[in-house]
Amino acid sequence: MESIETHQHDVLVIGAGGAGLRAVIEAASQGVSVGLVCKSLLGKAHTVMAEGGVAAALGNVDPSDNWQVHFRDTMLGGKMLNNWRMAQLHAQQAPDRVRELEQWGALFDRTPDGKINQRAFGGHSCKRLAHVGDRTGLEMIRTLQDRAVQLNVPVYMECTLTHLFKAGERVCGALAYWREQGRFVLFLAKAIVLATGGVGKAFRITSNSWEYTSDGLGMAYNIGAQLMDMEFVQFHPTGMVWPPGVKGILVTEAVRGEGGRLTNNKGERFMERYDPKRMELSTRDQVARAIYTEVKEGRGSEHGGVFLSVTHLDPEYVKKKLPSMYHQFKELADVDITKSPMEVGPTTHYCMGGLRVDAETTATTVPGLFAAGEVAAGMHGANRLGGNSLSDLLVFGRLAGLHAAEFAKQNKEQPRVDNDAVQRATRELLEPFERDSGPSPYEIHEQLQDTMQNLVGIMRVEEDLKKALGVIRGLREKLRTVRVTGSRLYNPGWHLAYDLRNLLNTSEAIARSALARQESRGAHTRLDYPKTDPEWGKVNHVVYKDGEEMKLATTPLPQMPPELAKLFEDAH
Amino acid sequence: MAEAVIRISQGTAEKSEEKTYRVPVAPGWVVLDAVHYIQSHFAPDLAVRWNCKAAKCGSCSAEVNGKPRLMCKTRLDDFSPGEEIVVYPLKTFPRIKDLVTDVSWNFKVNQKITPFTPRKDAQWIMHQQDMDRVQEFRKCIECFLCQNVCHVLRNHDKKDTFAGPRFLVRVAGLEMHPLDTASRVAYLKHEAGIGLCNITKCCTEVCPEDIHITDNAIIPLKERVVDEFYDPLTRLFKIFAGK
Repeated sequence: MESIETHQHDVLVIGAGGAGLRAVIEAASQGVSVGLVCKSLLGKAHTVMAEGGVAAALGNVDPSDNWQVHFRDTMLGGKMLNNWRMAQLHAQQAPDRVRELEQWGALFDRTPDGKINQRAFGGHSCKRLAHVGDRTGLEMIRTLQDRAVQLNVPVYMECTLTHLFKAGERVCGALAYWREQGRFVLFLAKAIVLATGGVGKAFRITSNSWEYTSDGLGMAYNIGAQLMDMEFVQFHPTGMVWPPGVKGILVTEAVRGEGGRLTNNKGERFMERYDPKRMELSTRDQVARAIYTEVKEGRGSEHGGVFLSVTHLDPEYVKKKLPSMYHQFKELADVDITKSPMEVGPTTHYCMGGLRVDAETTATTVPGLFAAGEVAAGMHGANRLGGNSLSDLLVFGRLAGLHAAEFAKQNKEQPRVDNDAVQRATRELLEPFERDSGPSPYEIHEQLQDTMQNLVGIMRVEEDLKKALGVIRGLREKLRTVRVTGSRLYNPGWHLAYDLRNLLNTSEAIARSALARQESRGAHTRLDYPKTDPEWGKVNHVVYKDGEEMKLATTPLPQMPPELAKLFEDAH
Repeated sequence: MAEAVIRISQGTAEKSEEKTYRVPVAPGWVVLDAVHYIQSHFAPDLAVRWNCKAAKCGSCSAEVNGKPRLMCKTRLDDFSPGEEIVVYPLKTFPRIKDLVTDVSWNFKVNQKITPFTPRKDAQWIMHQQDMDRVQEFRKCIECFLCQNVCHVLRNHDKKDTFAGPRFLVRVAGLEMHPLDTASRVAYLKHEAGIGLCNITKCCTEVCPEDIHITDNAIIPLKERVVDEFYDPLTRLFKIFAGK
């Protein structure tokens, strides 16, 4: 048996995207010892791909903007299924979080009077998104990363977490392996923050990177944490559709924010028929459904998308405000977007569902375990507005770091990690090496992606969802016999074999929640229940582990106080 | 469907060999697509770093037919039909396995740079024209292709005395920030080894973000070092002023 390298911190943060980095900065400034673990190199997490901007009611461009307006937009965008308190905290605190980034060195684009510029985005009733051309995420992650480095936070890079451990009810540590050498490493911590992102890699067509395998959701589920709202998966309306090599790559909503127009093969601006008031700047769920419908009814482009055009704008303006879109299409699709339209279609983008958390503290249902960013549920309800993710990362990343540090200060004793549990976990990880035959992890992953794409995608129906659950059950059996070849040295096949366990659990949670919600709301569309049902608007779905069984339950939606409810009196 | 012949250098720092694969190719495929196909069909343990597959994260750097490139941006149809495509890991950094190298040195270099130090009384009003040149440096995706191709690092292995183009770009971004007050000029001369750069512009040529590394970052920084340490009038002034 190998001896296991061990590290101890008051607070361990898992994931080095925007939420994880912001949590680390906050926890470190509370004076506790903090460690940061991430699967990739520092600075490569998915936040780096965020393009359009960060939503905050700074009021620099639209002076009428304030937190109430932002809060209202967020709740309406989420079809009122959001946790109202999270949406409120988010709208109130986002401006300070953005200004703070500037004080740490971020350089946002400016207004003519030298303030942070803000652009229009879908579902936002004011120009609200602070941005840097179309590479806002890069600016954010670099700023946060440099700040964390400056605070001397130890970073464990290319280190994948696989298991969380509890002592009694409380979380106390985690097992990981170094991707490089394949050796195990044990982390002991008084509090743990999960900032591990979503589950995009369960789907075939996705804007998400390989990292999006729902590790945090899977690990937390396994130790009894509750997942919530898992049926709500966002399909971003505009991903690239041609050529096949780039299918799913994101085309930023900023294209529409800057004035881009959507047309079908008849040259019609079809959004007139779906949302005449907001047109291209409707919410993502509506635009995605509209594109899906246009294509389905034969009005799509040659390669099964629709057209998105900025050819009516000044080419120099396009290159200045959308530089990476310009290069992306030029280099990957041979399209000059200042001269010809882009072909776009929906791509899996974001998971509104996630760990059930307390709005004020980001605490999950497991003591000592906190969650922030995409891995947490509640903030975005049934549909997320563009730009609200980057602000979510900052606001709740900070709260997670703060409250995890406080938890660690109040619970000074480091609980022991059960050695037998660690041994069981390492054996489980190594089993696939011992088999002489069995399916490859890549094969199982492809089958899962096809199933989720075709049966649990943008338009859902009972028969498909039941079929998907059957396939997932079969894949779970198959995974028990998965075989991995090669050594433990930087072995992607081995890494995927374990990721699949989390992917299958999360996929099942998505399919089961989607099957149970017999209505259409936000990103969840049921062809057999096309209407939004007010009764379903009163409950969230919760998924949890009971023995070896996955259980699904409903829980009443928290009700907002009358002074906030008043903001919606004139909403239709 | 067309076919590509891909030869990949596989193995570790101690022992490596080239392996050849035939891969069916769909329109628009890039080298990284072919590498993924090889992983899922022929070599499940083939090690490669990648994240976004959209040229935004800078993870999938490699040497394709001798040229440092991002694999996600290198299209297979850019090569002549029948031309063999040869993929090697970055040469300047020690190989861990297959196409993955140990780039941790870069992160250590970064830690030594004095961070952004704003004016105490900053009002945070900045004008776009003052920021344009700094925003160019902030486009860097840390793919380390410039570090890989720089002969000071690649051929002379001066990692202990030279920070490399990536970190000169980072310093330029800080030095030229409209509200920064710190000086990194002594660092540039004594620790970053900026004098070792003899402006061959290899870094600029390989930058996937088209940052004018040499012209816009390194040369202006060299000028600052010259002003501070070698300008005869400034030296005389310093002598008489007793500094």
